[in-house]
Amino acid sequence: MTRVSGSAPLGSAPLGSPARTAGGRAPAPLLRRILLQGQYETITMLRNGEQLILAIVLPLLAMVGLTVTPLLDGLGPSRINVAVPGILALCAMSTAFTGQGIATGFDRRYGVLRFLSTTPLGRTGLIAGKVLAVLAVLFLQVLVVTAVALMLGWQPNAAGWLPGLAILVLGAASFTALGLLVAGTVRPEATLAITNLLWILLGALGGIVIPAERLPALSQAVVHFLPSGALGQALRDAFLYGSVNAGAVLVLLLWTAIAGGAAIRWFKWN
Amino acid sequence: MVRSPESPVLTINGLVKDVGPLPTLDGKMLRVVSGLSLIAERGQVTALLGANGAGKTTTIECAQGLQRRTAGSISLLGQDPDTAGAGLRARVGVMLQDGGLPPSARPIPLLRHIAGMYQDPWPVDELIARLGIDSFSRTSVRRLSGGQKQRLALAAALVGNPEVLFLDEPSAGLDPQSRQMVFDLIAELRNSGMGIILTTHLMDDAQRLADYVYIIDAGRNVAEGTVAQLLRHELPAGDDGQHIRTLLFETEPGLDFTGVLPDGVDITEARAGSYAATGALTPADLAAITAWWAARGIMPSSLSLEARSLEDVFLDISGREIR
Repeated sequence: MTRVSGSAPLGSAPLGSPARTAGGRAPAPLLRRILLQGQYETITMLRNGEQLILAIVLPLLAMVGLTVTPLLDGLGPSRINVAVPGILALCAMSTAFTGQGIATGFDRRYGVLRFLSTTPLGRTGLIAGKVLAVLAVLFLQVLVVTAVALMLGWQPNAAGWLPGLAILVLGAASFTALGLLVAGTVRPEATLAITNLLWILLGALGGIVIPAERLPALSQAVVHFLPSGALGQALRDAFLYGSVNAGAVLVLLLWTAIAGGAAIRWFKWN
Repeated sequence: MVRSPESPVLTINGLVKDVGPLPTLDGKMLRVVSGLSLIAERGQVTALLGANGAGKTTTIECAQGLQRRTAGSISLLGQDPDTAGAGLRARVGVMLQDGGLPPSARPIPLLRHIAGMYQDPWPVDELIARLGIDSFSRTSVRRLSGGQKQRLALAAALVGNPEVLFLDEPSAGLDPQSRQMVFDLIAELRNSGMGIILTTHLMDDAQRLADYVYIIDAGRNVAEGTVAQLLRHELPAGDDGQHIRTLLFETEPGLDFTGVLPDGVDITEARAGSYAATGALTPADLAAITAWWAARGIMPSSLSLEARSLEDVFLDISGREIR
Protein backbone atom coordinates (compact mmCIF):
# COMPACT_ATOMS: atom_id res chain seq x y z
CA MET A 1 0.00 0.00 0.00
CA THR A 2 1.21 3.50 -0.73
CA ARG A 3 2.28 5.81 2.03
CA VAL A 4 1.19 9.37 1.67
CA SER A 5 4.21 11.65 1.50
CA GLY A 6 4.98 14.10 4.25
CA SER A 7 3.77 11.94 7.08
CA ALA A 8 4.00 13.25 10.59
CA PRO A 9 7.17 13.10 12.66
CA LEU A 10 5.21 11.50 15.49
CA GLY A 11 4.16 7.89 15.09
CA SER A 12 6.56 6.75 12.44
CA ALA A 13 5.53 3.08 12.49
CA PRO A 14 4.18 1.81 9.20
CA LEU A 15 0.48 1.34 8.81
CA GLY A 16 -0.41 -2.29 9.25
CA SER A 17 -2.58 -4.16 6.87
CA PRO A 18 -5.99 -2.53 6.86
CA ALA A 19 -8.68 -3.85 4.58
CA ARG A 20 -7.98 -7.50 5.09
CA THR A 21 -10.47 -9.94 3.73
CA ALA A 22 -14.07 -8.89 4.23
CA GLY A 23 -14.75 -12.03 6.24
CA GLY A 24 -12.17 -10.96 8.81
CA ARG A 25 -14.35 -8.25 10.31
CA ALA A 26 -16.48 -10.34 12.57
CA PRO A 27 -17.55 -9.67 16.15
CA ALA A 28 -16.15 -11.78 18.97
CA PRO A 29 -18.77 -14.28 20.20
CA LEU A 30 -21.57 -12.75 22.32
CA LEU A 31 -20.59 -14.57 25.51
CA ARG A 32 -16.97 -13.46 25.21
CA ARG A 33 -18.03 -9.83 24.67
CA ILE A 34 -20.24 -9.88 27.76
CA LEU A 35 -17.59 -11.58 29.91
CA LEU A 36 -14.96 -9.06 28.78
CA GLN A 37 -17.22 -6.13 29.59
CA GLY A 38 -18.13 -7.67 32.95
CA GLN A 39 -14.45 -8.12 33.78
CA TYR A 40 -13.60 -4.58 32.65
CA GLU A 41 -16.40 -3.02 34.72
CA THR A 42 -15.53 -5.15 37.75
CA ILE A 43 -11.91 -3.95 37.69
CA THR A 44 -13.07 -0.35 37.20
CA MET A 45 -15.41 -0.64 40.23
CA LEU A 46 -12.73 -2.22 42.42
CA ARG A 47 -10.20 0.48 41.49
CA ASN A 48 -12.58 3.22 42.59
CA GLY A 49 -11.75 4.19 46.18
CA GLU A 50 -15.09 5.81 47.03
CA GLN A 51 -16.83 2.76 45.64
CA LEU A 52 -14.80 0.46 47.89
CA ILE A 53 -15.66 2.53 50.98
CA LEU A 54 -19.34 2.27 50.11
CA ALA A 55 -19.14 -1.41 49.17
CA ILE A 56 -16.93 -2.81 51.93
CA VAL A 57 -15.88 -0.34 54.61
CA LEU A 58 -19.27 1.16 55.50
CA PRO A 59 -21.09 -2.22 55.65
CA LEU A 60 -18.33 -3.63 57.90
CA LEU A 61 -18.51 -0.57 60.16
CA ALA A 62 -22.30 -0.95 60.33
CA MET A 63 -21.90 -4.62 61.22
CA VAL A 64 -19.51 -3.85 64.07
CA GLY A 65 -21.76 -0.99 65.19
CA LEU A 66 -24.78 -3.28 65.39
CA THR A 67 -22.89 -5.88 67.47
CA VAL A 68 -21.60 -3.41 70.07
CA THR A 69 -24.93 -1.56 70.56
CA PRO A 70 -28.16 -3.03 71.95
CA LEU A 71 -30.18 -1.93 68.89
CA LEU A 72 -31.01 -5.48 67.75
CA ASP A 73 -31.33 -7.10 71.19
CA GLY A 74 -34.23 -9.51 71.54
CA LEU A 75 -34.79 -10.07 67.82
CA GLY A 76 -32.83 -13.32 67.57
CA PRO A 77 -30.34 -15.60 69.26
CA SER A 78 -27.51 -13.01 69.06
CA ARG A 79 -26.85 -9.49 67.81
CA ILE A 80 -24.48 -10.70 65.07
CA ASN A 81 -26.97 -13.32 63.81
CA VAL A 82 -29.62 -10.62 63.31
CA ALA A 83 -27.14 -8.08 61.92
CA VAL A 84 -25.31 -10.04 59.19
CA PRO A 85 -28.25 -10.73 56.80
CA GLY A 86 -29.06 -7.01 56.83
CA ILE A 87 -25.43 -6.17 56.15
CA LEU A 88 -25.45 -8.50 53.12
CA ALA A 89 -28.58 -6.70 51.90
CA LEU A 90 -26.81 -3.37 52.43
CA CYS A 91 -23.89 -4.63 50.31
CA ALA A 92 -26.28 -5.40 47.45
CA MET A 93 -27.76 -1.91 47.69
CA SER A 94 -24.27 -0.29 47.78
CA THR A 95 -23.03 -2.03 44.67
CA ALA A 96 -26.12 -2.52 42.53
CA PHE A 97 -27.91 0.74 43.24
CA THR A 98 -25.52 3.45 44.39
CA GLY A 99 -22.19 2.33 42.92
CA GLN A 100 -23.46 1.06 39.59
CA GLY A 101 -26.00 3.90 39.29
CA ILE A 102 -23.37 6.62 39.72
CA ALA A 103 -20.92 4.89 37.34
CA THR A 104 -23.62 4.50 34.68
CA GLY A 105 -24.75 8.11 35.12
CA PHE A 106 -21.26 9.44 34.45
CA ASP A 107 -20.65 6.96 31.62
CA ARG A 108 -23.77 8.38 30.05
CA ARG A 109 -22.55 11.96 30.52
CA TYR A 110 -19.17 11.22 28.91
CA GLY A 111 -20.67 9.38 25.94
CA VAL A 112 -19.17 6.05 27.02
CA LEU A 113 -22.54 4.30 26.71
CA ARG A 114 -23.02 5.66 23.21
CA PHE A 115 -19.51 4.75 22.08
CA LEU A 116 -19.65 1.21 23.47
CA SER A 117 -23.06 0.66 21.91
CA THR A 118 -21.54 1.31 18.48
CA THR A 119 -19.00 -1.50 19.02
CA PRO A 120 -19.98 -5.16 18.67
CA LEU A 121 -20.78 -5.11 22.41
CA GLY A 122 -24.00 -3.17 21.76
CA ARG A 123 -26.56 -1.95 24.29
CA THR A 124 -27.66 -5.40 25.44
CA GLY A 125 -24.08 -6.55 25.94
CA LEU A 126 -23.30 -3.38 27.84
CA ILE A 127 -26.17 -3.91 30.29
CA ALA A 128 -25.32 -7.60 30.63
CA GLY A 129 -21.71 -6.66 31.40
CA LYS A 130 -22.87 -4.24 34.11
CA VAL A 131 -25.08 -6.90 35.71
CA LEU A 132 -22.14 -9.31 35.64
CA ALA A 133 -19.87 -6.74 37.30
CA VAL A 134 -22.46 -6.12 40.04
CA LEU A 135 -22.65 -9.88 40.71
CA ALA A 136 -18.85 -10.23 40.76
CA VAL A 137 -18.37 -7.37 43.22
CA LEU A 138 -21.27 -8.66 45.33
CA PHE A 139 -19.60 -12.08 45.44
CA LEU A 140 -16.42 -10.51 46.82
CA GLN A 141 -18.46 -8.52 49.36
CA VAL A 142 -20.20 -11.68 50.54
CA LEU A 143 -16.81 -13.37 50.98
CA VAL A 144 -15.37 -10.49 53.03
CA VAL A 145 -18.50 -9.92 55.14
CA THR A 146 -18.92 -13.66 55.80
CA ALA A 147 -15.27 -14.02 56.83
CA VAL A 148 -15.43 -11.08 59.25
CA ALA A 149 -18.88 -12.14 60.54
CA LEU A 150 -17.73 -15.69 61.26
CA MET A 151 -14.83 -14.24 63.24
CA LEU A 152 -17.36 -12.17 65.20
CA GLY A 153 -19.31 -15.33 66.01
CA TRP A 154 -21.97 -15.43 63.27
CA GLN A 155 -23.85 -18.76 63.21
CA PRO A 156 -26.00 -18.79 60.08
CA ASN A 157 -28.73 -21.41 59.67
CA ALA A 158 -27.18 -23.94 57.28
CA ALA A 159 -30.47 -24.32 55.40
CA GLY A 160 -30.45 -20.57 54.76
CA TRP A 161 -27.50 -20.40 52.39
CA LEU A 162 -29.24 -21.54 49.21
CA PRO A 163 -32.39 -19.39 49.52
CA GLY A 164 -30.33 -16.58 51.05
CA LEU A 165 -27.92 -16.29 48.16
CA ALA A 166 -30.73 -16.61 45.60
CA ILE A 167 -32.65 -13.83 47.33
CA LEU A 168 -29.50 -11.72 47.47
CA VAL A 169 -29.13 -12.04 43.67
CA LEU A 170 -32.80 -11.13 43.24
CA GLY A 171 -32.28 -8.10 45.48
CA ALA A 172 -29.24 -7.10 43.43
CA ALA A 173 -31.38 -7.38 40.28
CA SER A 174 -34.06 -5.06 41.65
CA PHE A 175 -31.49 -2.53 42.87
CA THR A 176 -29.62 -2.71 39.53
CA ALA A 177 -32.87 -1.96 37.70
CA LEU A 178 -33.57 0.97 40.06
CA GLY A 179 -30.01 2.28 39.70
CA LEU A 180 -30.21 2.13 35.90
CA LEU A 181 -33.60 3.86 35.98
CA VAL A 182 -32.16 6.79 37.96
CA ALA A 183 -28.89 6.91 35.98
CA GLY A 184 -30.70 6.85 32.65
CA THR A 185 -33.22 9.57 33.35
CA VAL A 186 -31.55 12.37 35.35
CA ARG A 187 -28.22 14.21 35.21
CA PRO A 188 -25.24 12.35 36.74
CA GLU A 189 -24.93 14.91 39.55
CA ALA A 190 -28.56 14.24 40.45
CA THR A 191 -27.94 10.48 40.22
CA LEU A 192 -25.05 10.92 42.65
CA ALA A 193 -27.24 12.85 45.10
CA ILE A 194 -30.32 10.62 44.79
CA THR A 195 -28.54 7.28 45.09
CA ASN A 196 -26.34 8.40 48.00
CA LEU A 197 -29.29 9.96 49.85
CA LEU A 198 -31.46 6.88 49.33
CA TRP A 199 -28.58 4.66 50.46
CA ILE A 200 -28.49 6.53 53.78
CA LEU A 201 -32.29 6.80 54.16
CA LEU A 202 -33.04 3.21 53.18
CA GLY A 203 -30.02 2.00 55.11
CA ALA A 204 -31.19 3.68 58.32
CA LEU A 205 -34.98 3.64 57.99
CA GLY A 206 -35.75 1.32 55.08
CA GLY A 207 -35.79 -1.90 57.08
CA ILE A 208 -32.57 -3.16 55.54
CA VAL A 209 -30.29 -3.52 58.59
CA ILE A 210 -32.77 -2.52 61.30
CA PRO A 211 -35.88 -4.71 61.15
CA ALA A 212 -39.29 -3.10 60.82
CA GLU A 213 -40.28 -3.77 64.44
CA ARG A 214 -37.49 -1.49 65.68
CA LEU A 215 -38.55 1.38 63.39
CA PRO A 216 -41.10 4.13 64.18
CA ALA A 217 -44.70 2.89 63.89
CA LEU A 218 -45.36 5.17 60.93
CA SER A 219 -42.70 3.58 58.72
CA GLN A 220 -43.45 -0.03 59.73
CA ALA A 221 -46.31 -0.45 57.25
CA VAL A 222 -44.35 1.04 54.36
CA VAL A 223 -41.09 -0.78 54.96
CA HIS A 224 -42.41 -4.19 53.93
CA PHE A 225 -43.19 -2.85 50.47
CA LEU A 226 -39.78 -1.24 49.92
CA PRO A 227 -37.07 -3.25 48.13
CA SER A 228 -34.78 -2.52 51.09
CA GLY A 229 -37.25 -3.81 53.70
CA ALA A 230 -38.23 -6.83 51.63
CA LEU A 231 -34.60 -7.81 50.96
CA GLY A 232 -33.53 -7.28 54.58
CA GLN A 233 -36.47 -9.29 55.95
CA ALA A 234 -36.15 -12.11 53.41
CA LEU A 235 -32.43 -12.50 54.17
CA ARG A 236 -33.04 -12.48 57.95
CA ASP A 237 -35.73 -15.16 57.55
CA ALA A 238 -33.34 -17.24 55.45
CA PHE A 239 -30.19 -16.97 57.57
CA LEU A 240 -31.95 -16.97 61.00
CA TYR A 241 -34.58 -19.66 60.39
CA GLY A 242 -33.75 -21.25 57.04
CA SER A 243 -37.14 -20.20 55.69
CA VAL A 244 -38.26 -18.43 52.51
CA ASN A 245 -40.39 -15.31 52.99
CA ALA A 246 -42.64 -15.60 49.92
CA GLY A 247 -44.25 -12.19 50.45
CA ALA A 248 -40.89 -10.41 50.50
CA VAL A 249 -39.72 -12.35 47.44
CA LEU A 250 -42.88 -11.25 45.60
CA VAL A 251 -42.21 -7.61 46.54
CA LEU A 252 -38.65 -7.91 45.16
CA LEU A 253 -39.91 -9.52 41.94
CA LEU A 254 -42.40 -6.68 41.47
CA TRP A 255 -39.76 -3.99 42.02
CA THR A 256 -37.45 -5.73 39.55
CA ALA A 257 -40.17 -5.96 36.91
CA ILE A 258 -41.47 -2.41 37.38
CA ALA A 259 -38.08 -0.68 37.63
CA GLY A 260 -36.67 -2.82 34.82
CA GLY A 261 -39.62 -2.03 32.56
CA ALA A 262 -39.43 1.67 33.39
CA ALA A 263 -35.67 1.69 32.71
CA ILE A 264 -36.19 0.02 29.33
CA ARG A 265 -38.91 2.54 28.51
CA TRP A 266 -37.27 5.77 29.71
CA PHE A 267 -33.52 5.17 29.74
CA LYS A 268 -31.81 7.88 27.67
CA TRP A 269 -28.49 6.84 26.14
CA ASN A 270 -27.27 10.38 25.57
CA MET B 1 -16.51 12.66 -10.06
CA VAL B 2 -16.22 9.00 -10.83
CA ARG B 3 -18.70 6.93 -8.90
CA SER B 4 -17.31 3.50 -8.08
CA PRO B 5 -19.13 0.53 -9.56
CA GLU B 6 -19.33 -1.11 -6.10
CA SER B 7 -22.37 -0.45 -3.99
CA PRO B 8 -22.02 2.59 -1.71
CA VAL B 9 -21.15 2.00 1.95
CA LEU B 10 -23.87 4.39 3.07
CA THR B 11 -27.04 5.56 1.37
CA ILE B 12 -29.39 7.97 3.13
CA ASN B 13 -32.64 8.83 1.45
CA GLY B 14 -35.04 11.54 2.61
CA LEU B 15 -33.94 11.39 6.24
CA VAL B 16 -36.23 13.22 8.67
CA LYS B 17 -35.51 13.52 12.38
CA ASP B 18 -37.76 15.27 14.89
CA VAL B 19 -36.71 15.80 18.48
CA GLY B 20 -38.77 16.87 21.44
CA PRO B 21 -41.35 17.84 22.48
CA LEU B 22 -39.29 20.77 23.69
CA PRO B 23 -40.42 23.16 26.45
CA THR B 24 -38.70 26.01 24.60
CA LEU B 25 -41.03 25.44 21.65
CA ASP B 26 -44.27 25.34 23.71
CA GLY B 27 -44.04 21.56 23.78
CA LYS B 28 -43.73 21.22 20.00
CA MET B 29 -41.32 18.95 18.17
CA LEU B 30 -38.25 20.39 16.52
CA ARG B 31 -37.33 19.10 13.06
CA VAL B 32 -33.52 18.94 13.08
CA VAL B 33 -33.16 17.01 9.81
CA SER B 34 -35.70 17.47 7.04
CA GLY B 35 -35.39 15.30 3.96
CA LEU B 36 -31.63 14.88 3.78
CA SER B 37 -30.08 12.47 1.27
CA LEU B 38 -26.52 11.39 0.67
CA ILE B 39 -24.34 8.62 -0.70
CA ALA B 40 -20.90 7.64 0.59
CA GLU B 41 -18.63 5.42 -1.47
CA ARG B 42 -15.94 2.91 -0.57
CA GLY B 43 -12.40 4.25 -0.82
CA GLN B 44 -13.56 7.86 -0.53
CA VAL B 45 -13.81 10.52 2.12
CA THR B 46 -17.32 11.97 2.16
CA ALA B 47 -17.70 15.16 4.18
CA LEU B 48 -20.84 16.65 5.70
CA LEU B 49 -20.04 20.33 5.92
CA GLY B 50 -22.22 22.74 7.80
CA ALA B 51 -22.41 25.26 10.62
CA ASN B 52 -22.98 24.17 14.21
CA GLY B 53 -26.55 22.97 14.58
CA ALA B 54 -26.98 22.20 10.88
CA GLY B 55 -27.94 18.57 11.62
CA LYS B 56 -24.67 16.85 10.71
CA THR B 57 -24.22 14.92 13.94
CA THR B 58 -27.89 13.93 14.08
CA THR B 59 -27.62 12.60 10.53
CA ILE B 60 -24.61 10.40 11.16
CA GLU B 61 -25.96 9.26 14.54
CA CYS B 62 -29.07 8.02 12.75
CA ALA B 63 -26.74 6.15 10.36
CA GLN B 64 -24.85 4.65 13.32
CA GLY B 65 -28.09 3.46 14.96
CA LEU B 66 -27.55 5.80 17.93
CA GLN B 67 -30.68 7.80 17.14
CA ARG B 68 -33.97 6.57 15.69
CA ARG B 69 -35.02 8.37 12.53
CA THR B 70 -38.51 9.83 12.16
CA ALA B 71 -38.75 9.03 8.44
CA GLY B 72 -36.63 8.16 5.44
CA SER B 73 -34.36 5.22 4.72
CA ILE B 74 -30.78 4.43 5.63
CA SER B 75 -28.68 1.62 4.23
CA LEU B 76 -25.31 1.07 5.90
CA LEU B 77 -23.37 -1.71 4.13
CA GLY B 78 -26.73 -2.88 2.84
CA GLN B 79 -28.36 -3.09 6.27
CA ASP B 80 -30.74 -0.92 8.28
CA PRO B 81 -28.73 0.37 11.27
CA ASP B 82 -31.87 0.38 13.47
CA THR B 83 -32.32 -3.38 13.23
CA ALA B 84 -28.80 -4.63 12.46
CA GLY B 85 -26.80 -6.50 15.08
CA ALA B 86 -23.22 -7.08 16.17
CA GLY B 87 -22.31 -8.34 12.69
CA LEU B 88 -22.82 -4.87 11.21
CA ARG B 89 -21.31 -3.04 14.19
CA ALA B 90 -18.11 -5.09 13.77
CA ARG B 91 -17.68 -3.60 10.27
CA VAL B 92 -18.24 0.02 11.27
CA GLY B 93 -15.92 2.26 13.31
CA VAL B 94 -17.25 5.32 15.11
CA MET B 95 -15.45 8.32 16.57
CA LEU B 96 -17.93 10.44 18.49
CA GLN B 97 -17.66 14.19 18.86
CA ASP B 98 -17.24 13.93 22.63
CA GLY B 99 -14.90 10.94 22.37
CA GLY B 100 -17.01 8.61 24.49
CA LEU B 101 -14.02 7.22 26.40
CA PRO B 102 -14.25 6.53 30.16
CA PRO B 103 -12.32 9.29 32.03
CA SER B 104 -10.67 6.92 34.51
CA ALA B 105 -9.38 4.53 31.83
CA ARG B 106 -5.77 4.34 30.66
CA PRO B 107 -5.23 4.28 26.89
CA ILE B 108 -3.67 0.87 26.33
CA PRO B 109 -5.90 -1.30 28.55
CA LEU B 110 -8.89 0.54 27.06
CA LEU B 111 -7.81 -0.19 23.48
CA ARG B 112 -7.09 -3.82 24.36
CA HIS B 113 -10.53 -4.11 25.93
CA ILE B 114 -12.26 -2.75 22.84
CA ALA B 115 -10.09 -4.94 20.60
CA GLY B 116 -11.45 -7.95 22.50
CA MET B 117 -14.91 -7.25 21.08
CA TYR B 118 -13.68 -8.25 17.60
CA GLN B 119 -12.70 -11.59 16.13
CA ASP B 120 -9.67 -10.25 14.28
CA PRO B 121 -8.83 -6.73 15.50
CA TRP B 122 -6.19 -4.39 14.20
CA PRO B 123 -3.08 -5.15 16.30
CA VAL B 124 -3.24 -2.66 19.17
CA ASP B 125 0.54 -2.13 19.21
CA GLU B 126 0.45 -1.00 15.60
CA LEU B 127 -2.31 1.52 16.27
CA ILE B 128 -0.51 2.80 19.35
CA ALA B 129 2.68 3.40 17.39
CA ARG B 130 0.91 4.83 14.35
CA LEU B 131 -1.04 7.41 16.36
CA GLY B 132 1.76 8.25 18.79
CA ILE B 133 -0.25 6.97 21.75
CA ASP B 134 2.82 5.49 23.48
CA SER B 135 3.86 9.02 24.47
CA PHE B 136 0.85 9.31 26.81
CA SER B 137 0.04 5.66 27.52
CA ARG B 138 0.30 6.05 31.30
CA THR B 139 -2.06 9.01 31.53
CA SER B 140 -5.74 8.54 32.32
CA VAL B 141 -8.22 9.75 29.69
CA ARG B 142 -9.37 12.57 31.98
CA ARG B 143 -5.85 14.10 32.00
CA LEU B 144 -5.21 13.88 28.25
CA SER B 145 -5.06 17.01 26.12
CA GLY B 146 -7.78 17.54 23.54
CA GLY B 147 -5.53 16.33 20.74
CA GLN B 148 -4.39 13.23 22.63
CA LYS B 149 -8.00 12.37 23.39
CA GLN B 150 -8.92 12.72 19.70
CA ARG B 151 -6.07 10.42 18.66
CA LEU B 152 -7.11 7.82 21.23
CA ALA B 153 -10.74 8.07 20.10
CA LEU B 154 -9.60 7.56 16.51
CA ALA B 155 -7.60 4.49 17.56
CA ALA B 156 -10.67 3.15 19.39
CA ALA B 157 -12.75 3.66 16.23
CA LEU B 158 -10.15 1.84 14.11
CA VAL B 159 -9.35 -1.09 16.39
CA GLY B 160 -11.96 -3.28 14.70
CA ASN B 161 -10.32 -2.58 11.32
CA PRO B 162 -13.66 -1.32 9.94
CA GLU B 163 -14.92 -1.09 6.36
CA VAL B 164 -16.72 2.15 7.18
CA LEU B 165 -15.40 4.85 9.48
CA PHE B 166 -17.49 7.70 10.92
CA LEU B 167 -15.59 10.72 12.23
CA ASP B 168 -17.53 13.48 13.96
CA GLU B 169 -15.43 16.66 13.86
CA PRO B 170 -12.12 14.77 13.67
CA SER B 171 -9.78 17.75 13.91
CA ALA B 172 -11.40 19.35 16.98
CA GLY B 173 -8.72 20.17 19.54
CA LEU B 174 -5.82 18.90 17.41
CA ASP B 175 -2.53 20.77 17.40
CA PRO B 176 -0.94 21.16 13.92
CA GLN B 177 1.31 18.09 14.33
CA SER B 178 -1.49 15.78 15.48
CA ARG B 179 -3.69 17.17 12.76
CA GLN B 180 -1.15 16.28 10.11
CA MET B 181 -0.78 12.80 11.61
CA VAL B 182 -4.55 12.24 11.69
CA PHE B 183 -5.04 13.62 8.18
CA ASP B 184 -2.27 11.44 6.77
CA LEU B 185 -3.80 8.39 8.39
CA ILE B 186 -7.25 9.24 7.04
CA ALA B 187 -5.79 9.59 3.54
CA GLU B 188 -4.03 6.22 3.85
CA LEU B 189 -7.17 4.52 5.09
CA ARG B 190 -9.13 5.99 2.22
CA ASN B 191 -6.53 4.75 -0.26
CA SER B 192 -6.72 1.29 1.27
CA GLY B 193 -10.43 1.15 0.43
CA MET B 194 -12.15 2.24 3.63
CA GLY B 195 -15.29 4.34 3.22
CA ILE B 196 -14.91 7.39 5.46
CA ILE B 197 -17.74 9.72 6.43
CA LEU B 198 -16.82 12.81 8.41
CA THR B 199 -18.62 15.87 9.66
CA THR B 200 -16.93 19.20 9.99
CA HIS B 201 -17.70 22.86 10.25
CA LEU B 202 -14.15 23.64 9.11
CA MET B 203 -13.88 24.38 5.40
CA ASP B 204 -10.18 23.67 5.54
CA ASP B 205 -10.79 20.08 6.72
CA ALA B 206 -13.23 19.44 3.90
CA GLN B 207 -10.96 21.07 1.36
CA ARG B 208 -7.94 19.02 2.43
CA LEU B 209 -9.60 15.67 3.06
CA ALA B 210 -12.83 15.20 1.20
CA ASP B 211 -13.40 13.54 -2.16
CA TYR B 212 -17.02 14.54 -2.07
CA VAL B 213 -18.72 17.21 0.03
CA TYR B 214 -22.35 17.63 1.07
CA ILE B 215 -23.09 21.10 2.37
CA ILE B 216 -25.84 20.88 4.98
CA ASP B 217 -27.87 23.78 6.30
CA ALA B 218 -30.88 23.68 8.64
CA GLY B 219 -31.16 19.90 8.20
CA ARG B 220 -31.25 20.03 4.39
CA ASN B 221 -28.85 19.42 1.52
CA VAL B 222 -27.96 22.79 0.03
CA ALA B 223 -25.09 21.82 -2.28
CA GLU B 224 -22.90 18.86 -3.11
CA GLY B 225 -19.96 17.99 -5.27
CA THR B 226 -16.23 17.52 -5.29
CA VAL B 227 -14.29 20.39 -3.78
CA ALA B 228 -13.35 21.52 -7.30
CA GLN B 229 -16.99 21.45 -8.42
CA LEU B 230 -18.09 23.45 -5.40
CA LEU B 231 -15.38 26.04 -5.94
CA ARG B 232 -16.84 26.73 -9.38
CA HIS B 233 -20.30 27.08 -7.90
CA GLU B 234 -22.30 30.19 -8.80
CA LEU B 235 -19.88 31.69 -11.25
CA PRO B 236 -21.57 33.84 -13.91
CA ALA B 237 -22.83 31.93 -16.96
CA GLY B 238 -20.43 31.72 -19.89
CA ASP B 239 -17.44 31.95 -17.60
CA ASP B 240 -16.58 28.30 -18.31
CA GLY B 241 -15.60 27.33 -14.82
CA GLN B 242 -12.96 29.89 -14.02
CA HIS B 243 -11.99 30.24 -10.39
CA ILE B 244 -12.87 33.30 -8.44
CA ARG B 245 -9.66 34.70 -7.03
CA THR B 246 -8.70 37.53 -4.77
CA LEU B 247 -5.63 39.68 -5.31
CA LEU B 248 -4.50 41.26 -2.04
CA PHE B 249 -1.94 44.07 -2.01
CA GLU B 250 -0.77 46.93 0.16
CA THR B 251 0.50 50.24 -1.10
CA GLU B 252 -0.25 53.97 -0.74
CA PRO B 253 -3.83 54.75 0.34
CA GLY B 254 -6.60 56.36 -1.68
CA LEU B 255 -5.77 55.08 -5.18
CA ASP B 256 -8.52 55.14 -7.80
CA PHE B 257 -8.47 51.97 -9.90
CA THR B 258 -11.43 52.89 -12.11
CA GLY B 259 -11.07 51.36 -15.57
CA VAL B 260 -7.94 49.35 -14.71
CA LEU B 261 -9.70 46.00 -14.31
CA PRO B 262 -12.77 44.62 -16.12
CA ASP B 263 -16.29 45.20 -14.73
CA GLY B 264 -16.60 41.76 -13.09
CA VAL B 265 -13.73 42.48 -10.71
CA ASP B 266 -14.40 44.36 -7.50
CA ILE B 267 -11.70 46.43 -5.86
CA THR B 268 -12.16 47.46 -2.25
CA GLU B 269 -9.88 49.27 0.17
CA ALA B 270 -10.56 47.41 3.44
CA ARG B 271 -8.35 49.75 5.45
CA ALA B 272 -6.17 52.61 4.30
CA GLY B 273 -3.66 51.26 1.76
CA SER B 274 -4.88 47.65 1.93
CA TYR B 275 -6.70 46.58 -1.22
CA ALA B 276 -8.56 43.43 -2.33
CA ALA B 277 -9.50 42.77 -5.96
CA THR B 278 -11.99 39.88 -6.24
CA GLY B 279 -13.34 38.24 -9.37
CA ALA B 280 -12.55 35.79 -12.18
CA LEU B 281 -9.07 37.26 -12.53
CA THR B 282 -7.11 36.39 -15.68
CA PRO B 283 -3.38 36.66 -16.38
CA ALA B 284 -4.24 39.69 -18.54
CA ASP B 285 -5.86 41.38 -15.51
CA LEU B 286 -2.66 40.84 -13.49
CA ALA B 287 -0.61 42.31 -16.35
CA ALA B 288 -2.97 45.28 -16.53
CA ILE B 289 -2.73 46.15 -12.86
CA THR B 290 1.05 45.72 -12.64
CA ALA B 291 1.44 47.86 -15.80
CA TRP B 292 -0.74 50.51 -14.15
CA TRP B 293 1.55 50.47 -11.09
CA ALA B 294 4.66 50.60 -13.28
CA ALA B 295 3.34 53.64 -15.16
CA ARG B 296 2.92 55.45 -11.81
CA GLY B 297 6.04 54.18 -10.07
CA ILE B 298 4.01 52.31 -7.45
CA MET B 299 5.69 49.39 -5.69
CA PRO B 300 3.29 47.40 -3.41
CA SER B 301 4.72 46.54 -0.04
CA SER B 302 2.91 43.17 -0.16
CA LEU B 303 1.15 41.20 -2.85
CA SER B 304 -0.69 37.86 -2.79
CA LEU B 305 -3.17 35.93 -4.87
CA GLU B 306 -5.76 33.65 -3.25
CA ALA B 307 -8.16 31.27 -4.87
CA ARG B 308 -11.76 31.37 -3.80
CA SER B 309 -12.02 29.17 -0.75
CA LEU B 310 -14.65 26.61 0.10
CA GLU B 311 -15.53 28.94 2.94
CA ASP B 312 -16.62 31.60 0.45
CA VAL B 313 -18.76 29.05 -1.36
CA PHE B 314 -20.25 27.87 1.90
CA LEU B 315 -21.07 31.39 3.02
CA ASP B 316 -22.54 32.24 -0.40
CA ILE B 317 -24.81 29.23 -0.22
CA SER B 318 -25.84 29.15 3.40
CA GLY B 319 -25.93 32.91 3.96
CA ARG B 320 -23.64 35.05 6.01
CA GLU B 321 -25.84 35.70 9.01
CA ILE B 322 -24.70 34.38 12.37
CA ARG B 323 -26.88 31.55 13.64
